[in-house]
Amino acid sequence: MINRQLKFSEAIHEAIDICLERDRSTYLMGLGVPDAIGVFGTTKGLQEKHGKKRVFDMPVAENAMSGVALGSCLVGMRPIMTHMRLEFAMTAMDQICNQAAKWHYMFGGQSKVPLTIRMLVGRGWGQGPQHSQSLHAWFAHIPGLKVVMPSTPYDAKGLLIASIEDDNPVIFFEHRWLHNIHGPVPEGHYTVPLGQPRLVTEGGDVTIVAASYATLESIKAARELEREGIKAEIIDLRTLVPRDDAAILASVHKTGRLVVVDQGTLTGGFAGEIVARVTEQAFGALKAAPIRVALPDIPTPTTRALSNYYYPTPRHIVAAVHRTLGMTSDDARDDPWAGIEPGDKTLDVPDKSFTGPF
Amino acid sequence: MLKIRRVEERVQALYPEGDMRCPTHFSIGQEAVAAGICRNLRREDYVISAHRSHAHYIGKGGNLRAMFAELYGKVDGCASGKGGSMHLIDLSVNFLGCVPIVGSTIPIGVGAAFGAMLQDRAAVTVIFFGDAATETGVFHESVNFAAVHHLPVLFVCENNLYSVNTPLDVRQPGNRTIAELARGHGIRTSQHDGQLVETVAAAADVIASMRDNGGPALLEFMTYRWLEHCGPLGDLHLGYRSQEEFDAWSARCPIRLYRKVLEDDGMIDEAAHVAMDAEIAAEIDDAVAFARKSPFPERTELSRHMFA
Repeated sequence: MINRQLKFSEAIHEAIDICLERDRSTYLMGLGVPDAIGVFGTTKGLQEKHGKKRVFDMPVAENAMSGVALGSCLVGMRPIMTHMRLEFAMTAMDQICNQAAKWHYMFGGQSKVPLTIRMLVGRGWGQGPQHSQSLHAWFAHIPGLKVVMPSTPYDAKGLLIASIEDDNPVIFFEHRWLHNIHGPVPEGHYTVPLGQPRLVTEGGDVTIVAASYATLESIKAARELEREGIKAEIIDLRTLVPRDDAAILASVHKTGRLVVVDQGTLTGGFAGEIVARVTEQAFGALKAAPIRVALPDIPTPTTRALSNYYYPTPRHIVAAVHRTLGMTSDDARDDPWAGIEPGDKTLDVPDKSFTGPF
Repeated sequence: MLKIRRVEERVQALYPEGDMRCPTHFSIGQEAVAAGICRNLRREDYVISAHRSHAHYIGKGGNLRAMFAELYGKVDGCASGKGGSMHLIDLSVNFLGCVPIVGSTIPIGVGAAFGAMLQDRAAVTVIFFGDAATETGVFHESVNFAAVHHLPVLFVCENNLYSVNTPLDVRQPGNRTIAELARGHGIRTSQHDGQLVETVAAAADVIASMRDNGGPALLEFMTYRWLEHCGPLGDLHLGYRSQEEFDAWSARCPIRLYRKVLEDDGMIDEAAHVAMDAEIAAEIDDAVAFARKSPFPERTELSRHMFA
């Protein structure tokens, strides 16, 4: 039993702090890193503790600075970059996808790029089309990048330390609505190995695969399903690359049903990849067509009058499970949007029942 | 400089056989820049380059056998055959690599300098790139960062007047030089004749100042590519540049110009030149033979080096 409770953001802070303490080659940079807010608290005070040479702000030049981080790796450094919104890093796709991802391979394994890039995914309060995209599927599509998406404070710390200590470029996803959840976090150094999914709840009726914030929504859906006597098995991917599908396949062999919940958009998304893998490798075990619960192929609208009908809710997951079970989907209970008001403010902020412990 | 020329002439001669199967960008006509800059560098100094990189690789002392093996896609290549002409590397002489995305290695070179600074190591980093790279945003982002941190980075622009087949005057305004453009970032810049190796080698002063906390600088060298953008042939038939222009530039061959300087000074005679040529030819013969004999990578190499 771990008694100490930390917020997700505190777990991130602690992971960075520990890595800076342990390895002189590690440094942290990003816009706003040393300011008073400190990237939602995740970097606060680290410059004061570790010095201006190891924790610092940078020009608003994400592409070049990603290249600078990569170049410093080539001479033995181990940088951590922080992007307060994923979209800011989209100006750096050449450096991330053409260079960092391929440097080790294309030079025959001679150089390594131990670069961790934190990407924060926004949501709510009108984040809109350019402050809210979760493009994990993009990065998972590029060979040479690792993609990490924790959903709990414990995993956030353990996976971030593992990412920083990894000798490869790692894209580390932090959903903003996870920053304030809390859960048990041990003190000191520990790692959660990249590539191992986490069994969140056991159940025999349906397999729900999720990652990051979608895991929390799946947990809420599973509670509702349990009241109906439906037992869901939730698997939190934790990392998209590398990934071990054994647990997912074993679960589908047990349940025969699969729902994948993805905080990204539907087409070309990661949910499709999981569905494809399961269909290829466990087709005979499936009792019903797998279902993806993902964002529609639409940019994120800013007004809550539209975003309230944009983000799927736990009720959508419940409805998807009902469909895989062949239960009726046309009664009012299974219309997931029923009862949502355009002016509703509760959907625009993190669900209050999501604070943890997780 | 002569070695660079002779190596590329050999690649040019062998390329049509079809066994070197990678896009190859020749520096013939532009050798003085690489030779003049690199003669001022030490082993611990870093060099990074772009797609037209053979001259820089050889100039920094890159292994010739490994270069030819790389062009042939062999396992003994400097990148185990996974890179080819556009991805040469030799870490034993701190030649960090090169890539064919224009402008891409500029921040990476700055990052190497930054990393060395964080480690309190004294090393100069030279970044070679062409005129078109100065049109990218990442060039300006990188020069800015080097200026902010006063990094010992020498930005070397080989202005050969064309980006593939597109002339400079449709890409950049005619009322300023690249050196003047870069000066806006608050670093030292100047433009020079890139055909005279002794003029290029005068960069010694700038490089020496960098070793003494002089901060970054950009040197623009006017030069000219003789062959097509990519490949071993001429391209005047394409009509994007004139015979007159070509003749004027090729009359200013950096090797002939420097040979004359040396002969006028009594530093070299015909016999010495022949001997030098023979020595280089023997080294190239050896490298080509080594590369041809080297095996292709095993099939298991395909998935190797995915992750460190």
